[in-house]
Amino acid sequence: MGFFLETLIGGLMAGMLYSLVALGFVLIYKASGVFNFAQGAMVLFAALAMARFAEWIPGWLGFENQVLANILAFAVAAAVMFVVAWLIERLVLRHLVNQEGATLLMVTLGIAYLLEGIGQSLFGDNIYSIDVGMPKDPVLVLEGMFPGGLLINKEDFIAALIAAALVAALSLFFQKTATGRALRAVADDHQAAQSIGIPLARIWVIVWFVAGIAALVAGIIWGSKLGVQFSLATVALRALPVVILGGLTSVPGAIIGGLIIGVGEKLSEVYIGPLVGGGIEIWFAYMLALVFLLFRPQGLFGEKIIDRV
Amino acid sequence: MTAANVLLNVNSIEVIYNHVILVLKGVSFSVPEGGIVALLGGNGAGKTTTLRAVSNLLSGERGAVTKGSIELRGERIEALTPADLVRRGVIQVMEGRHCFGHLTIEENLLTGAYTRRDGKAAVAATLDKVYAYFPRLRTRRHSQAAYTSGGEQQMTAIGRALMASPKMVLLDEPSMGLAPQIVDEVFSIVKELNQKEGVTFLLAEQNTNMALRYAEFGYILENGRVVMEGKADDLRNNEDVKEFYLGISSEGRKSFRDVKNYRRRKRWLA
Repeated sequence: MGFFLETLIGGLMAGMLYSLVALGFVLIYKASGVFNFAQGAMVLFAALAMARFAEWIPGWLGFENQVLANILAFAVAAAVMFVVAWLIERLVLRHLVNQEGATLLMVTLGIAYLLEGIGQSLFGDNIYSIDVGMPKDPVLVLEGMFPGGLLINKEDFIAALIAAALVAALSLFFQKTATGRALRAVADDHQAAQSIGIPLARIWVIVWFVAGIAALVAGIIWGSKLGVQFSLATVALRALPVVILGGLTSVPGAIIGGLIIGVGEKLSEVYIGPLVGGGIEIWFAYMLALVFLLFRPQGLFGEKIIDRV
Repeated sequence: MTAANVLLNVNSIEVIYNHVILVLKGVSFSVPEGGIVALLGGNGAGKTTTLRAVSNLLSGERGAVTKGSIELRGERIEALTPADLVRRGVIQVMEGRHCFGHLTIEENLLTGAYTRRDGKAAVAATLDKVYAYFPRLRTRRHSQAAYTSGGEQQMTAIGRALMASPKMVLLDEPSMGLAPQIVDEVFSIVKELNQKEGVTFLLAEQNTNMALRYAEFGYILENGRVVMEGKADDLRNNEDVKEFYLGISSEGRKSFRDVKNYRRRKRWLA
């Protein structure tokens, strides 16, 4: 029992990390109907900026405080993500209003390569570390209830909390504010949104910026776990099944989809893996996504595809 | 019409799509403050394009105004963005309603107030007013727009435009796909808004009969040109309009099949 719970909790926490990346996909898809292939590159780019500025800023300003350096680096990295969002709108999206979904998809692929390349030439292509003071040591809890207790990774736990807070904030933003409403309106029908005076340019900058912040948070958490390196960009591929499962248009869906996939991966690896010779963890998520595409293409919580007959 | 009360003045504009397709070949008209003006004509006459040219929604369709000028109270507006125009009080209700399907009726209405900066209380007051004009919308305020009927969606689209508290509404084919009695309801509300709130309407319609009953002045477009203009009553009694657009001839109602189109239309096209 203890082992099962441990696996379950480990899966939940891994799932939370997938959710963070999936969030970025959902945000941009919700507001512009674009499936943003560059989300992974944005995670890498943001994490690189964070890691390098945290290293450089103390040198430039001549102080030694790690916490202050991290805070400043976060602010600068957020500003960098804003500039990225602004440039993408200015140079790319603005010229592609009313184009086919496929065109926009290809464009985000291009943006992905550009960001990966520019990120590495600006910030270097080594492996960097982000140290935001996350506790690395696992703790034992509930020793009274289970023999030997449950081993929980503190770092994952804190990451899960951060992700949950981010999601709550974003849900409120989308449901309760005028800007959030405008974002949803643009997602539904951007011509109509334009006709009632919602400026598309500003909306797109906002949404890419918010997705950039989500990427930054994901980048920091993944980066402090695995180190900031090129492979961070492929984290997005792991999040792909999450958005299919949770629904491309649902913020809570991204979270729950992430949790299901995290748990499913770990449990299937431990309990079914031995029967088929292991290695399930790698493809489990994709298989689940395929099943969903067959039977419920809008995902668990995606907006129903409404057709008037 | 004197120059003083002209709200919108469109001066022989030409519109080209995709750099090659000439759609408007010199359209001129003007709309007086507080009036209802109808742009009439069949499919492809250029009504929608004219409205889009005024509201600056052409660029999204890869179209551009290449000649002529559009003036709002004497100020040139061709270079403004749609959002700028909404802030100046000109808003378009697009053909085919275009409600935000996943938003509720009330959220749809509230998005119309996006450009307003006069505070929540004022927006709430306008929302109440919109519900007063369209009581059906109040009862359906929490339904997702995509699940409401065509008439309710049309009302939502008009109500959403009203939420911006506009001076002028460009209304594109409000009758499209609606049952005749709903069309009546929509038009009478438009008239009421015009009289009580002083909202100016520029109306593009295929339903000539209905449009001429509610408008004061009409322009008939054909092939991207204005071929006829006049007071609504005069147009309604014009023999050509009767025959080509209202389906009535000197011998009473008759079938469009018998109309000798090519002979009489030629005169207009010249």
